[in-house]
Amino acid sequence: MRRQIEGSKAVAETVARCRPAVVAAYPISPQTHIVERLSELVASADLTGCEYLMVESEFGALSACIGASAAGGRTYTATSSQGLLFMAEALPNASGLGLPIVMTLANRAIGAPINIWNDHSDALSQRDAGWLQLFASSNQEAVDLHVQAFAIAERTSLPVMVCMDGFVLTHAMEAIDVPDQDEVDAFLPAFRPRQWLDPDSPVTIGAMVGPDAFTEVKYLMARSQIEALDTVAEVAAEFGSAFGRDSGGLVRPYRTDDAEVVLVVMGSTFGSAQDVVDELRADGVRVGVLAITCYRPWPFDEVREALRGIPRAVVVNRAISVGAGSVLGRDVRLSAEPGTDVLDVVLGLGGRPVTRAALRGLLVDALAGQLPLDELYFADLDHEVIADQLDRDREEVAP
Amino acid sequence: MTTQLYQIGTYAAGNRLLDPDDRTEQSRDDRTNAITSGHRACRGCGEALAARVVLDSAMRAAGGRMVTVNATGCLEVFSTPYPESAWQVPWLHSLFGNAAAVASGVAASLRATGRDDIRVVCQAGDGGTVDIGMGCLSGMFERNDDVLFVCYDNQGYMNTGVQRSGATPPAASTATTRPVGTSVGNAFGTGKSLPLIAMAHEIPYVATATVADLHDLEAKVVKAMGMHGARYLHVLVPCPLGWGTASAETIRQARLATQCGLFPVFEAERGVVTATTAIRHRIPVEDYLRPQKRFAHLFRSDGRADVVAALQDRADRYIARFGLAEPTEPSEPIEEESS
Repeated sequence: MRRQIEGSKAVAETVARCRPAVVAAYPISPQTHIVERLSELVASADLTGCEYLMVESEFGALSACIGASAAGGRTYTATSSQGLLFMAEALPNASGLGLPIVMTLANRAIGAPINIWNDHSDALSQRDAGWLQLFASSNQEAVDLHVQAFAIAERTSLPVMVCMDGFVLTHAMEAIDVPDQDEVDAFLPAFRPRQWLDPDSPVTIGAMVGPDAFTEVKYLMARSQIEALDTVAEVAAEFGSAFGRDSGGLVRPYRTDDAEVVLVVMGSTFGSAQDVVDELRADGVRVGVLAITCYRPWPFDEVREALRGIPRAVVVNRAISVGAGSVLGRDVRLSAEPGTDVLDVVLGLGGRPVTRAALRGLLVDALAGQLPLDELYFADLDHEVIADQLDRDREEVAP
Repeated sequence: MTTQLYQIGTYAAGNRLLDPDDRTEQSRDDRTNAITSGHRACRGCGEALAARVVLDSAMRAAGGRMVTVNATGCLEVFSTPYPESAWQVPWLHSLFGNAAAVASGVAASLRATGRDDIRVVCQAGDGGTVDIGMGCLSGMFERNDDVLFVCYDNQGYMNTGVQRSGATPPAASTATTRPVGTSVGNAFGTGKSLPLIAMAHEIPYVATATVADLHDLEAKVVKAMGMHGARYLHVLVPCPLGWGTASAETIRQARLATQCGLFPVFEAERGVVTATTAIRHRIPVEDYLRPQKRFAHLFRSDGRADVVAALQDRADRYIARFGLAEPTEPSEPIEEESS
């Protein structure tokens, strides 16, 4: 049943219906409302059979999840930004040990300068950590992706990060269908770990592997990540049949057929972009948008297919690789065929709003050939501020 | 000459003189061998010995229903070179600094899924305990999670080549505290006593022990396993490599550490000291320091009597603080004439 609810609370209630055995989390904006609601659900016994561990740091949070998962319990955590970075040492440990932990990442910028608002720097900085990364375009999709994430994680024995835009989604009130307990129970079977710390059948987990076998372990990790693409698609299809909603999956193309320019986006930008595409299409302008739902593993074939024959793809980058250029744009180039120009645009860092006007401007400029090719273009840069600062820098170094 | 042999206590002669119930776990045929033979610890490794004693005793106390978590360090490296494993108990290694949090997660998961008959023991070296692992450990103490955390203290980062840790004693020479120039080796800081820090959390049980008294070590493990909540056991485990001592001297070095007062052996419950092991034959710190190459620079011709005196002051303070000089009732000796 649809009801007005904040994104964070909807996610917390959905996670509770997935019946985690252990929730371990440390508060950080904008993730806080999720863990506050979960702690309340455990304390009020609305969520039973669950231990809520209030740990001393995000490093402790993910570490407790590693232990909890290895002991055979369904395990969940949530964080943002600096918290994800504080977990960084444990992220590849969780994936390397094959532990199906689910995490909500309320996407937030990374400092310095410290900034609590939304962009994708946190998730993309950990793109190589061996976690699946799914990006929600709306709060309904965020809710749905959490149910799917537990299924994907446990079928693949890999950890899954569900990314939702901080504040833009986490703190937004809207009408959402939070799945009922019965529906979730029917969709998500009880967790059966591939191995656990069983006293009756002792296993050694986390042995030291030297040059003789390390490459093989990494190869198998890489292989299982790529194979997880099938699982992500399969679970989304099953979810669609069970819940009658189209949520999740690998990519979401919108009106890309015969388009001359396609925006490539992740997260909540998808909604605004669809509106802009509709407006321009109404004027007879052939544009579309492609949302990347599954960022890791990268859906090579689906992105290639979605961009086939499209002359220009404008990638909206909400994170940058300082000193090298774009992050998402480089992934898109892995899939774009010759004949598709990939234009890299930076928009909406540190919470600067990604407006419909800005997206419309990008499409119009791209159609007119006015966006630079082979250059990271900062679309919403205040050039006056930059010029002033560069002038000041020059004055300071002058003798 | 008269040799005194004791049936129990620090100078126990051996298991054969004891009642079966008082014998060590290691003397039993049906011990777990939690860490079994074939691992790659150095000869004379105090940590390997302590881990064996601790885990076999804990397994007995837990009725075989036990899982272990291990921090990165010597114990982890020498016991699990893939595809081999020396562990005959469920064993999980995640990272260097997170063992306590991992163990908390294991305990929470077992509790949430109705398997809390399974006990959790967490092991780390001094680096993984007093330095990089301290944040997670303090959290585990503060929440009073149902974990026995055992620190095997060899007083340095021995696995990476004997660098200084927060548990390295003052004046010790390590790979990062060489006594060159005006340096006397490791700095005289304020010291970091994890047992006292653990006590400040008022957890149910804190104890120290050494590999010189395995009966005592076993008894403390059994006592700890009989309790629930956060428990902390700090075991001094001499390291022949890092201390520069002969591999046959490990037990003796541990004993000398307690006899000089530099390593107080005691128990505490809820933040209050409840028992101490009095020093029966007190020795000057010099007797403990001299056999160790890491202190050799203090005893050269241009040696540092002042530094030795400062270490003696430290030992004297510990002895006063824990009342280690106070006589206790000695157990009945068996007197034998030796030829």
